[in-house]
Amino acid sequence: MTELLEIQDLAVEFVTPIGRVQAVNGISYSVAEGEVVAVVGESGSGKSVSAQATLGLIPQPPGKITSGKIRFRGENLLELDDEAIRQVRGQRVAMIFQEPMTSLNPVLSIGRQLTEAMRLHLGLSKAEADARGIELLSLVGIPDPDRRLVQYPHQFSGGMRQRVMIAMALACEPELIIADEPTTALDVTIQAQILELMKDLSARLGVALIIITHNLGVVARYAHRVNVMYAGRIVERGNADAIYGNPAHPYTVGLLNSVPRMDKPRGSPLEPIPGNPPDPANLAPGCAFAPRCRFATERCVQEVPDFVELADGHAAACFEIEAVRREAAE
Amino acid sequence: MSVANEAVTETAAPLLEVRDLKTHFPVREGFLVFERTVGQVKAVDGVSFSVARGETLGLVGESGCGKTTIGRCILKLVEPTGGEIRFDGKDVSGLEGGELKDFRRRVQAVFQDPYSSLNPRMTVAEIVAEPLLVHGMDKEPGERSRHVAKLLNLCGLPGNIAERYPHEMSGGQRQRVGIARALALNPDFIICDEAVSALDVSIQAQIIRLLEDLREELGLTYLFIGHDLSVVRHICHRVAVMYLGRIVETAECDELFDNPKHPYTKALLEAVPIPDPKIEAERAHSFLAGEVPSPMNPPSGCVFHPRCQLAVAGCREESPELIEYGQGHWAACPRVSAG
Repeated sequence: MTELLEIQDLAVEFVTPIGRVQAVNGISYSVAEGEVVAVVGESGSGKSVSAQATLGLIPQPPGKITSGKIRFRGENLLELDDEAIRQVRGQRVAMIFQEPMTSLNPVLSIGRQLTEAMRLHLGLSKAEADARGIELLSLVGIPDPDRRLVQYPHQFSGGMRQRVMIAMALACEPELIIADEPTTALDVTIQAQILELMKDLSARLGVALIIITHNLGVVARYAHRVNVMYAGRIVERGNADAIYGNPAHPYTVGLLNSVPRMDKPRGSPLEPIPGNPPDPANLAPGCAFAPRCRFATERCVQEVPDFVELADGHAAACFEIEAVRREAAE
Repeated sequence: MSVANEAVTETAAPLLEVRDLKTHFPVREGFLVFERTVGQVKAVDGVSFSVARGETLGLVGESGCGKTTIGRCILKLVEPTGGEIRFDGKDVSGLEGGELKDFRRRVQAVFQDPYSSLNPRMTVAEIVAEPLLVHGMDKEPGERSRHVAKLLNLCGLPGNIAERYPHEMSGGQRQRVGIARALALNPDFIICDEAVSALDVSIQAQIIRLLEDLREELGLTYLFIGHDLSVVRHICHRVAVMYLGRIVETAECDELFDNPKHPYTKALLEAVPIPDPKIEAERAHSFLAGEVPSPMNPPSGCVFHPRCQLAVAGCREESPELIEYGQGHWAACPRVSAG
């Protein structure tokens, strides 16, 4: 597989009244053609900011990309001017946001919003774009597409709106779709429908997918490769089987032990991670997870650990991997 | 715990009993003098269940199934259209004066959103002490603040948090404050309406543990309303699944998850992803098609029939009653064996 997107050492900060907030602190990951990659983390871990940075969607100021490269087919997106990034955004790389309620314009018809990008990027005529719009709506499973095309967002349910968002993302046949919490606002049966649709389309059309989520179940069901983020850094990366079956970072271990599982009998042990996530405006010098970590030593408080390669593509940023592994083996 | 509870269910009278509860909201159109009722949303349409002392009953379903409305009816925040709610043997609709006040003390709620359910202009101490003030408890000087300090400690909050405001706290801490407030009046029954849904995974587990510890320690009874089936399986003794204003299935917790009967319950369980790629790779991913119909205009007969793979002509005509398929395991579907 050739790498489609390569993010190298990306750092993003925001200037706020309480000081500089390091939202993303030197992360690297890559996405191969047609691959489904997950970025998992809790609120404030920087997972959404890193995705927005990829498409130049960070408002500057207050945001600022302080370092890093984002290579898309070898071309550094951060060096492109506004006009050039616009050619990439919406055409070669599309984005799906969490809130299907707020990411559609309520006063424009679905058809108008769906065909805008095609007319702009592909230079289609109105009739051609409408025909393609109808095709896309039926592709994402919206019944009665020619009637639906002239309707407005309020006439669609939440699940249907998210289908429209997916149709919009697919409109210009992108090579990569970034989906930021695409199903968080939806009910569980609708969530399953939408994710299945995305996975199916991604496989059928060969589109690569970055899923940004906090839901470990969604990741297990759909992702090939996983990046776990904590306080602006990736702390563990690897293929899904390795991350779930053989986690090495204490945060990943803690997350997996603290999520209730539907396949485990009632009252199965749940081990919460003690404490709270750190304040991103006030990060300590060492490993950000150290204050909540059972394995933390003096060194963890002083230094930020580098990645340790464990197996093919599986790596964790922790000084105490040996101790974590020993405990898991017991 | 669960064994003890089964015994309790059989011997003692339930703490809460809901019988044939109906809550219909009128739908109005027009303006001022031209306003008229054009229809009804049957948010809850004939629901019966009971909760034993010390038991946790889970009420699950998707948005709009009526689970929150049931909670609001029990709290007497919404007037039911029909049916009966009995708390500790007494019909709550007839409560007045001292009895009503006592009921309000004994039944408390913890809500989903710790951001909007706490008054931003009050300190934590004021928020937790407010119910005590309203009910005229702890009148001796210093008694109230000692009680508040005890409650905060019980909910795992540091003592110095008492003088802080909600915006200075994390989501998990706010939810702990909401729980401390609910416990202030020493209640018997707590309605947890999506009480852990807005929290991050690592914090959610802490709050689940807290709710479980408090249940044990204080002998609390919970009605746990939620949409996250993994959390419900973890915390509940018994579960009722709702669809479009009705209970479609109810059973002991593990029985319901291991041996679901109703086609909707089955579909719901299949849709929930399990955080293990090996298990996910082997699960059949055939998902329920379609969406929940509008409760203003529900389908005839069994409300689930338009989405149901087992549906036959009869399902369109007749609304199925709950049928007992095993001890305490009821499902509102006569076609179960066909699945």
